[in-house]
Amino acid sequence: MLSVDKLSAWYGAAQILFDLSFEVGRGEVVALMGRNGAGKSTTMKAIMGLIAQRQGRIIFNDDDISKCEPYQIARRGLGFTPEDRRIFSDLTVTENLDIGRQPPRQFLDGQPAPLWTPERLFKLFPNLAEMPDRPGGRMSGGEQQMLTVARTLMGNPLLVLLDEPSEGVAPLIVEQMANTIIELKKEGLSILLSEQNIHFAELVSDRVYVLEKGQIQWHGAMTELASNPDIQRRYLTV
Amino acid sequence: MSVLELRGLTKSFGGVHAVRDVSFSIGKGEFLAMIGPNGAGKSTCFNMINGQLAPDSGEILVEGRNIAGLAPRDIWRLGVGRTFQVAATFGSMTVIENVQVALISHARETYRLWRPAASHHRARALELLAQVNMQDAADRPSRELAYGDVKRVELAIALANDPKLLLMDEPTAGMGAGERHGLIELVKRLVVERGISVLFTEHSMDVVFAFADRIIVLARGRLIADGNAATIRDNAQVREVYFGTGKTFAGAAP
Amino acid sequence: MTLNAFLFQILNGLSSASGLFLIAAGLSLIFGVTRIVNLAHGSLYMLGTYIAYTFATKIGGVTGFWGGIIATALIVGLLGALIEIVLLRRIYRAPELFQLLATFALVLVINDAALWLWGPADLLGPRAPGFRGAVEILGRRLPTYDLFLIVIGPLVLLALHLTLTRTRFGRLIRAATQDREMVGALGVNQAVLFTSVFALGAALAGLGGALQIAREPANLATDLIALGDAFVVVVVGGMGSIPGAYLAAVIIAEVRALCVGIGTVDFGFVTINFSKFTLVAEFLVMAIVLIVRPFGLLGKAQGAVRSIAEPEEPIRPATPMLKALGVVVLVGLLCLPLLAQGSPYLLVLGIDVLIAVIFATSLHFIMGPGGMHSFGHAAYFGLGAYGAALLVKWLALPMGVALIAAPLLALCGALLFGWFAVRLSGVYLAMLTLAFAQIVWAAVFQWEGFTGGSNGVIGVWPPAPFDKSWAYFLLTLVLAVAAVLLLRRFLFAPFGYAMRAGRDSPLRAEAIGIDVKRVHWLAFGVAGLVCGIGGGLFAFAKGSISPETIHINRSIDGLVMVLLGGVQTLTGPIAGASVFAVLHDTVMRQTEYWRALMGAIILLLVLTFPQGIVGAFASLWRKAGGRL
Repeated sequence: MLSVDKLSAWYGAAQILFDLSFEVGRGEVVALMGRNGAGKSTTMKAIMGLIAQRQGRIIFNDDDISKCEPYQIARRGLGFTPEDRRIFSDLTVTENLDIGRQPPRQFLDGQPAPLWTPERLFKLFPNLAEMPDRPGGRMSGGEQQMLTVARTLMGNPLLVLLDEPSEGVAPLIVEQMANTIIELKKEGLSILLSEQNIHFAELVSDRVYVLEKGQIQWHGAMTELASNPDIQRRYLTV
Repeated sequence: MSVLELRGLTKSFGGVHAVRDVSFSIGKGEFLAMIGPNGAGKSTCFNMINGQLAPDSGEILVEGRNIAGLAPRDIWRLGVGRTFQVAATFGSMTVIENVQVALISHARETYRLWRPAASHHRARALELLAQVNMQDAADRPSRELAYGDVKRVELAIALANDPKLLLMDEPTAGMGAGERHGLIELVKRLVVERGISVLFTEHSMDVVFAFADRIIVLARGRLIADGNAATIRDNAQVREVYFGTGKTFAGAAP
Repeated sequence: MTLNAFLFQILNGLSSASGLFLIAAGLSLIFGVTRIVNLAHGSLYMLGTYIAYTFATKIGGVTGFWGGIIATALIVGLLGALIEIVLLRRIYRAPELFQLLATFALVLVINDAALWLWGPADLLGPRAPGFRGAVEILGRRLPTYDLFLIVIGPLVLLALHLTLTRTRFGRLIRAATQDREMVGALGVNQAVLFTSVFALGAALAGLGGALQIAREPANLATDLIALGDAFVVVVVGGMGSIPGAYLAAVIIAEVRALCVGIGTVDFGFVTINFSKFTLVAEFLVMAIVLIVRPFGLLGKAQGAVRSIAEPEEPIRPATPMLKALGVVVLVGLLCLPLLAQGSPYLLVLGIDVLIAVIFATSLHFIMGPGGMHSFGHAAYFGLGAYGAALLVKWLALPMGVALIAAPLLALCGALLFGWFAVRLSGVYLAMLTLAFAQIVWAAVFQWEGFTGGSNGVIGVWPPAPFDKSWAYFLLTLVLAVAAVLLLRRFLFAPFGYAMRAGRDSPLRAEAIGIDVKRVHWLAFGVAGLVCGIGGGLFAFAKGSISPETIHINRSIDGLVMVLLGGVQTLTGPIAGASVFAVLHDTVMRQTEYWRALMGAIILLLVLTFPQGIVGAFASLWRKAGGRL
């Protein structure tokens, strides 16, 4: 589905990512884990074309997207939810969803991708259904987090980049996010998740790549990481 | 006397009660966590204590003096330090200059026009940076720091006026599990050494249960629970509005 | 004024409001989405008047007039799209102020293009076919064309409002106004969106201009006047609010119409001709609104706009190399009188450059480290110049006293205006400073008995030995060097750090006990004081001054100088001022179309050195491994 080959990225003169290579298969939930500053968010932004200085090959659906503009990448079926949510605060919930609207899409084999409408999304996120006309700026952090995911789904993506969905929201909401991810996986979506909360990642992911200082230090099955306190201690705690 | 005491604090925005009749107090050297769902009024409460918002009614007493409605800079002068949810530094300055500006302000030398600022309080600034283990980065541009280090520098700045009370809004937001514990351990140590009281908000339950002396819980603008970790963990109401089943964090499951 | 006359003036005001609204709405839309304050918006409006005039006179009749108006809006819209694609698209990532510089260059180029195409004379269009008559209202005759204009404003308002709220295009505009990058990441082609918004805004300006030809002649001064009006309307209404723009347009137009209507009033002890106060009145309204509602009548507090400019390096004391360079330049300047014996013009140019350096350095002081983008720095320059000149004229005081009084007067002005200005930030602060400068300008212009009005003050010559240009040059040099070094010293002192702390993060600065407004207010005063020195020197250097000294052009020249040098460096304004002053003086001598040439040079510099001259040099140097 998504294959990243020797991805490097820079902010100004500082190199943040060093030759990252990894893959996300169809219907798979893959977690990128690592400490803050390890390069998780930068990886997501680089894939999405939001970082100008990047190198390496990014293949999505047999298509080289490494030179594409963000909107071209989004139109190929790659959805992105940023960690700081970036809700349009003057627009209502319904209007925010409308901004994300894109035509229906198909997988390479011709099978249609899940098609999302506001009505369907309101079933997935009942909280949002209660406030269709509320401006984004007047929602709580947890509600905004849900709206961000819903807005991305409106583009009918084949693969979603979810950047730290559990950050800064109450445990109850974190739990709802986990359930949502499991639902999306059932729908056949692939998900690349960046996460620091191992308990959360364990609930939802199949495989995991551990990042440190912009390089992949370890990768394997989620169950393997969960049962390996050594690696957890080395890369995920100080 | 309590270092901080809130009496009947209330604030509403356009008819919606953000904080309703909240009262609690912090003793000297106490490490108090404020938790609650998003939108429960934690930030509003915080911003009233640090002076960014004026309460509609109620009193905020710092060592017996009502500070409700004072400007943030005046509250700071009374010995209340703070750190921000999203940490940042004065980006155009080096690490040590960030601390020096705070020390200059503390010494009421802000309006001096002649002697270069770099020569003011350098030794003391290095001392503060050493306490947060950042002395080696003293002369680096602060905007180049990693986020965890920015948090430390912010802490050093907050200590520049020898605060009796430190307000920390989600001090570990945006940090990895290990870093979280490292930072809070550091704060805890300073609290014990200097007898500072700390009020902090936090979503990371691991941190709260491991370090807080006492926990208060806000929901829909009201204080719904106040007690130690065990009491809060077993509180059915808190569980319903905030914890959920507890499978997304360690240490809370019964 | 009778009640009938009063009501009639209200109608008059309403018909002018439509034109104001059209241009302001376009400016507001463009700013919202692209975050570019399009200084060339007044120029697009002016082009609208000329193009529509050409259609109406060359083709004539109903087709030429009404068809011409539609065609004009389309042509100006296309031109807007072209400007966006060719120029602005390259500089979206440049610092905000650099974009201003680029659009100002367009003002210069478009003005000369119009001069070349249509000549310098005013061109009055024909009356509108179908609306030639007048109706009798309240005992007076109101042209039917005015009635037509009264209707067109609300119609356009309604159309824009529906577009923004009911169509996807409108929702995209509103979303992009908040976070254009995110809109892109959701699959929207920003380039197309930006171009179409720019085209729409330009078309509105063109339409506004075209509709005016039946009322007012096409004129080369329209561009800056229309721009000033549009700024006032947008800021009073609230940046980004279309209904706010209409409300503000009505208020401003009514205030003006009433000033004209009231005419001359005898208060017994003093006679005031209110019709001369239209300009002052409109800017006073703006100042009052901004003080009461800092974000305009219907505007909202602007959320933090995502900054995409490169952050600033910490300031470091001068390296031995920079110091040596400074000494070399200084020695060179001291020797200039010897070199200039054959060509006295060199010294005149030298004085111009040094005064420009004082002007630009003082502006940079609040603009760079203070983060306050003053669009009205000419006010303090003018206060200094007029202060010195009037003391000589009325009290026959010696030059020494006048040169001391000049900065003090400028200081008072800066402290007065600054007290209001520091309560605002960003574009609003810029507009308020512009408003204050325009008030000073209007006061000087209209208070003929005291200031000499448009003739200015003449015969302000320096006494011996300063009547020799070498001596005056050296005096200027000493004061300029002192001013530059003093401001630099302040920046390295605690005060300068407090200023920068307040700019980097006002919230954090307040949280460590810094009174940010007070610090910035005093900085405003310091900048005014130093600028006043430049103004005083200017008066004696030229021997005469006119309201030109305070004109908006001079404020913009100052911005150009600072930006040209690079706002993030301390040596930048010196280099920028020097380059600008030399270019200005030499280019003006070469050609009638000096504005276009200046504009072309600025555009070239903007596209080649987006960090300013010194900034570009510094980053090249760093890349080569050196340190400054």
